Amino acid sequence: MPINYYIFLSIALFCIGIVGVLTRRNAIIIFMCIELMMNAVNLLLVAFSKMHHATNGATNASAGIDGQIFVFFIMVVAAAEVSVGLAIIVMMYRNIHSVDVNFLNRLKH
Amino acid sequence: MNVTQILFWFLSVLALFGALMVVTSKNPVHSVLWLIATFFSISGHYILLNAQFLAIVNIIVYAGAIMVLFLFVIMLMNLNKTTEPKKNRWLKLAGGVAGGCLLLVFIAALKSSEITQQTAEVKTGDIGLIKNLGRELFSTYVVPFEISSILFLSAMVGAVVIGKKE
Repeated sequence: MPINYYIFLSIALFCIGIVGVLTRRNAIIIFMCIELMMNAVNLLLVAFSKMHHATNGATNASAGIDGQIFVFFIMVVAAAEVSVGLAIIVMMYRNIHSVDVNFLNRLKH
Repeated sequence: MNVTQILFWFLSVLALFGALMVVTSKNPVHSVLWLIATFFSISGHYILLNAQFLAIVNIIVYAGAIMVLFLFVIMLMNLNKTTEPKKNRWLKLAGGVAGGCLLLVFIAALKSSEITQQTAEVKTGDIGLIKNLGRELFSTYVVPFEISSILFLSAMVGAVVIGKKE
């Protein structure tokens, strides 16, 4: 499969995530769009690791394995990030009884 | 058009449609369900690329653990279509235009780059198997692996401290 298909698919997913972050007001949906962008990057990393293996696999049997290890560590960091981020959103909901990010403008005043 | 290409296009269309529905659906619960569909199609892409370990981890960690956590929080707060915050239509339009411009810039920059002549190997190659990944993870990357356990511990403590009622 040509690599540019994967590149354009990942770019499209990433830009949909960015549009979601810019257009939605719900903090949880914004958080989900960030997860979507992270998954787009993961997909591209795996595709690039397979591309690297296709070109250099003859000389080095484990060429490109680093990319998949990186994806594994990104998933580890994402799991930790979600636990802390959702705790922050729950705390925010407890204080202002809303998940609308428009109400979070106290630093402006 | 062989089976691999049909699968690739099917999974791509499913992923993009799911991502669009995540952004556009009014009910947050529907957004979570569409995001799970997107994650499953991305896992299908991983299987197509013969990265089987990452496909299973993606389903277990993302579609299983993280999305259940999201769903749990949304149902805890009782969010639905009526509590969805309203936003100015012009701001929405501006966000869409900004994202579309970013998409155009990326595509224009990468359309004629040299890397697009390469191919990613599909259905072959054994670097994605759990045997090879595990050997690499516990030899070259063993220190980051142990540090990530400290990260998890601190994230756990942080979530408890933030969520605690003072």
